[in-house]
Amino acid sequence: MKFTVMVNEGPYQHQSSDSAIQFIRAALEKGHEIFRVFFYHDGVNNGTRLSLPPGDDRLLQKEWSELAKEHDLDMVICIAAAQRRGLMDAKEAERQGLDANNIIDGFHISGLGQLIEGGIQSDRTIVFGD
Amino acid sequence: MSTKKFMFVNRKAPYGTVYALESLEVVLIAAAFDQDISLAFIDDGVYQITKGQDTTGIGQKNFSNAYKALGDYDISKLYVEKESLAERGLTQDDLMDLVWEDEDDDWAEKPSIIMVDRAEMTAVMAEQEVTLSF
Repeated sequence: MKFTVMVNEGPYQHQSSDSAIQFIRAALEKGHEIFRVFFYHDGVNNGTRLSLPPGDDRLLQKEWSELAKEHDLDMVICIAAAQRRGLMDAKEAERQGLDANNIIDGFHISGLGQLIEGGIQSDRTIVFGD
Repeated sequence: MSTKKFMFVNRKAPYGTVYALESLEVVLIAAAFDQDISLAFIDDGVYQITKGQDTTGIGQKNFSNAYKALGDYDISKLYVEKESLAERGLTQDDLMDLVWEDEDDDWAEKPSIIMVDRAEMTAVMAEQEVTLSF
């Protein structure tokens, strides 16, 4: 089965990021396809490379990044939600005249149309949120 | 591109958290994809479409007029759960008059709000192909 997964909450603050990553691992193990992972609301914070939790805790952004690399996942951060919350890739930071960017490898920034397209193209769309 | 039944489930009050505003942004993008779109308002989500919203005291943008524009995007099915209204001491009179224009009926203005009870809402949700919950 082909899934699109939506992640609506930030890491650590909320369980939804952990649940989503565990769901995706389990789905891939069972041979399912992940069409796209779409990060919205505070979920965009899963894509920052500047998180530094205590050493005995998981580093969720790195787990997402490695999962994307391992399975060639399409992981999209919503541009409108990202701009509100200060998530920038190099290209967008330059376009906006900002002095820094903070996206970790494996994520890219795009529009809400990617979520709707995911819903249309996938057999199931699963929302992880509050 | 194929057409699917999309439902946007609005469960939270319009201010206090950003869910309602950002949900509306998704709805407007979905409209551009020519999908079969419904909105559901349950729990505190019913406050999103109440009349007379005034945000001057909290310094936030009042986006309630955007719901009135949904009809212009061919979004004409706004399901409101009766029990959620009643539990909050509200009636349909407390909601905005949201309408759409039916091009197959000489552009007659028709109400967009469809009042349903909890069991009916369950049935409408069961028909959906993509349900996004906010």
